[in-house]
Formats: sequence, C-alpha cells, structure tokens
Amino acid sequence: MSKHVVILGGGVGGTMVANHIARTIPEEIKNGDVKVTLLSNDQKHIYQPGYLFVAFNEAHMGQFERKEKTLLSPGVNLVIDNIVKIDKQAKKVFSDKGTAYAYDYLVISTGSVPTFDTIPGLAEDSHNFYTREGALKLRDALANFTEGKIVVTVDVPHKCPAAPLEMSLMLDDYFRVRGLRDKVDITYTYPISRVHALQSVADWAAPEFERRGINAETFFNLETVDTEKKLAISMEGTELPYDLLISIPTHRGSKVIIDSELGDENGFIPTDRHSLKMIGDDSIYVLGDATNLPISKAGSTAHYQTETVVHNIISELHGLPPRAHYDGKVVCFLESKMDEASFIEFTYNKPPQPAVPSEMLFWFKLAYNEMYWLFARGLL
Amino acid sequence: MSTEIAKTVDARGSFCPGPLMEIIKAMKTSTVGDVLEVWSNDQGSVKDIPEWINKVGHELVYTENAGDYWKIAIRKMK
Ligand SMILES: Cc1cc2nc3c(=O)[nH]c(=O)nc-3n(C[C@H](O)[C@H](O)[C@H](O)COP(=O)(O)OP(=O)(O)OC[C@H]3O[C@@H](n4cnc5c(N)ncnc54)[C@H](O)[C@@H]3O)c2cc1C
Repeated sequence: MSKHVVILGGGVGGTMVANHIARTIPEEIKNGDVKVTLLSNDQKHIYQPGYLFVAFNEAHMGQFERKEKTLLSPGVNLVIDNIVKIDKQAKKVFSDKGTAYAYDYLVISTGSVPTFDTIPGLAEDSHNFYTREGALKLRDALANFTEGKIVVTVDVPHKCPAAPLEMSLMLDDYFRVRGLRDKVDITYTYPISRVHALQSVADWAAPEFERRGINAETFFNLETVDTEKKLAISMEGTELPYDLLISIPTHRGSKVIIDSELGDENGFIPTDRHSLKMIGDDSIYVLGDATNLPISKAGSTAHYQTETVVHNIISELHGLPPRAHYDGKVVCFLESKMDEASFIEFTYNKPPQPAVPSEMLFWFKLAYNEMYWLFARGLL
Repeated sequence: MSTEIAKTVDARGSFCPGPLMEIIKAMKTSTVGDVLEVWSNDQGSVKDIPEWINKVGHELVYTENAGDYWKIAIRKMK
C-alpha cells in the first residue's frame, strides 16, 4: 500500500525536506509506493534574511521571493491550503476549507512568527524588519529619518539571533553614508549582561559599538512602550526615550500548532533533540523554528536538521529503525559592516569558535543569498 | 512557600540563545511564586543567571552541581 508523507510548511525546512525525499527515492515515488505532499499557505517562498537589506533599501523585496512551485522537484505534490487543525490521533490535518489530508508520516516546519500583542504599546508605535510589511514600512521610515533617537529592543525567543546586532551595525553605516550620523543617536539593547548571547560575539561587538558610537544598554527586557512620552521601559526599570523604535519582538509558533494544542505555552512543539520526532508521537517529525529545542531559530538549523529528518523518514518507509541523530549543528553568518562578515559554528557539544571577520566571508554571505535557492531545491 | 518545581527548562547544549535567555523566556509565561529549574552545562550560567535574578528581583532558590551540568532554581517574584 502507498505510504503518504505530508509536509506542513513551505519555508526553509519544509521545502528542503520535500525535495530531498523526492530526490532520494524517485523510483518509489514514480511507482506510487510513496506519495510526498507539501502543504503551504503561501504561494510565495520568501528568503527572510532579505528583509534586512530591504529595510535599508539595499535591495528590493522581489529579489528575495520565488514561487514555491518553481523550487520543487517533480516528485513533490504542492497544495496551497491553510491548515487549521492537526489531529494526531486520526493522523490527519484539516484545512480551513474542510479538506482532510491523511498521513503516515507528518513533517512539521511551520516556522515562528513575531508577536506584537504581548507588550503594551508595541503594536502601535514600533517598527520591525521581521515581517514583509514591517521591512517595507521600516524602509520608508528610515529613508525619511534625518535626526533623533533610534532604539533597538530585543525580546526572546526570536529567530536569527544575529539579526538585531546586524541591524544596529548597519544603521550606523547607513547614516554615515548619508552624512547624518552626528544627528542620529543609536541605542542597542539586549536582555542579558552582555551584548550578545555568544560570549565571543559579545567580546567582538562591544568594542565595535564603542568605536562606532553605538550606545549599548544591557539587562534590558522591554516591558512597556509609553507611546505618548515615547519611552521604551524595561522590566529592570530603565527608560529609554526614542523617536524611532525598532523592536525584535517575542516569537510564537504558528497558530495551527497553538490551536491543535501540540505546543508549549508559546506554541513550540516538544521535540526529541536527536531524532527530531515530536515527543510522544511516533509519526510526527518537527524541524526549524517550530521545535522547542534550546538552539538558534535559524534557516541554517532547519537546513542541518533536514538531513536527519529525511534519513529517518526514508528508513521508516523501508521498515528500518530511524537512527540518524541531529547533533545540534548551527552555522551563523554575521554581517559586521556593509562589506565584512564573520561566521560561527557550534553543536550541542562543541562550543562556538568564531572566524575572524573578513571581506571574503562577506562575499560568501552575499553569495549565500543567491545559493540559498539551490539549497532549497535540494541541489546542493 | 513551596519549592516544588513548576517547570524544568533543559537548556543543556544551548550556546545560542543560551540558558539565561531560555529562563527569561520561560519566566514570562509563569506565575508569580512559581519555581523554575534550569539545567545548564555552561559554566557561565552559574554567574550569569544569579546576576540577572538580582537585577530583576527574582529569588535564587539553589544552585546544584549535578555531575556534568548545573541545576539552578529560581522563584518568580514579580
Ligand atoms: C530579518 C531576518 C533575518 C534572518 N537572517 C538569517 C540568517 O542570516 N541566517 C539564518 O540561518 N536564518 C536567518 N533568519 C531566520 C530564518 O529565516 C528562519 O529561521 C527560517 O526561515 C526557519 O525555517 P522554517 O522552515 O522553520 O520556517 P519558515 O521558513 O518560516 O517557513 C514556515 C512555512 O510554513 C507555512 N505555514 C505556517 N503555518 C501554516 C499553516 N497553518 N498552513 C499552511 N502553511 C503554513 C508558512 O507559509 C511558511 O511557508 C532570518 C530571519 C529574519 C526574519
């Protein structure tokens, strides 16, 4: 009997898993022994790191968007549908039109979304570069900003732990190029005692901030935004006046995970850190931002997890035990200037060792923006 | 007050965002009075976490060496 693998979410993880399965077992898919369905609620596939470049008008949104259909191997059946319920007992997922999709194996890669409703005043008076609309709105605000105070706030959890730092460094560059840096005050805030979670990144970034005149306010967990007085107020009692507030708000899992009661209080799915199976369910794998694993929510995480998920599902389809283990590998590129970058690699057991920033790595990061589409297609 | 653990956060192997960020995240969805226990194999947590607790005004219940990792318990005070 034919086995049905349903993949939910057509972003980084979902697209890579679908393509890798289709490319690894093409004959079984052709014969109808295995069917691979990718369900996504968006026709478009957006390369999210592009939002940072859009906000500075360094690139246009269209450069980071492709039609999901054009990225898929012929063995993958793409259905655009909004899934509103996952019923793990019945092994079915349901769309808002009432369509049911039955699965033998379900892969969940529904990502994470920034939420603006957890902090009073945030939705009314902040900018962001974590959504498509946010990046476009911020681009327009920055283009018209000529003097005043910019404050960057960071909440947890959020995807791409390097992005808030990159945003602040790029703000400095952007206003220098426009000849306005002396009129623009930039304050970067961070929840803990140093400017980044990774000690080595913090050690590099703190003197860099000082050199560039970027203020750093540590131990700052945003609690309220006073939209009248234009103050960002922290849990620790610090008040920062702003003219433009750029927030990296706390993220939640996709609504379908919350509504189906599969996640924790933030909608992240309890996942086995090695097998990547949902805890307590033998037929569901989870990858990317959707897991509750204490590691970076990043495209590179989803990328490395793809290997484990694909290997385990194919083993199970062949009646073998799923023995591939994810080792916690994450690789992170960090843009340090408009023309310099660094990269850091770590696993659950191997602490991070950052590379020295270089122009070459910057070009590699730029190249990755293009190469990404080859990775998504499963060609690299 | 009870020291029963309301939530355990296994942050072993977490370099980024790291155990302190995991505990800040977990605190937000907890109730005042709850005790949370975080597991960390990062030596830095033994200093980092109490420092933040002090700053915000939560209570450090205990720090315990559990072999190759630490268990740090915190009571949410506000
Ligand atoms: C500004 C910014 C910069 C970044 N920079 C980097 C970087 O430099 N390096 C890096 O590694 N990562 C970076 N990231 C993070 C990276 O983009 C994400 O971690 C990555 O996309 C996660 O992949 P995913 O598959 O888990 O989720 P996503 O890629 O977000 O995909 C989720 C998919 O699920 C679909 N979906 C959700 N709910 C439903 C539903 N109910 N029904 C049907 N479909 C659904 C969505 O439409 C989407 O297609 C950045 C992110 C941002 C915002």
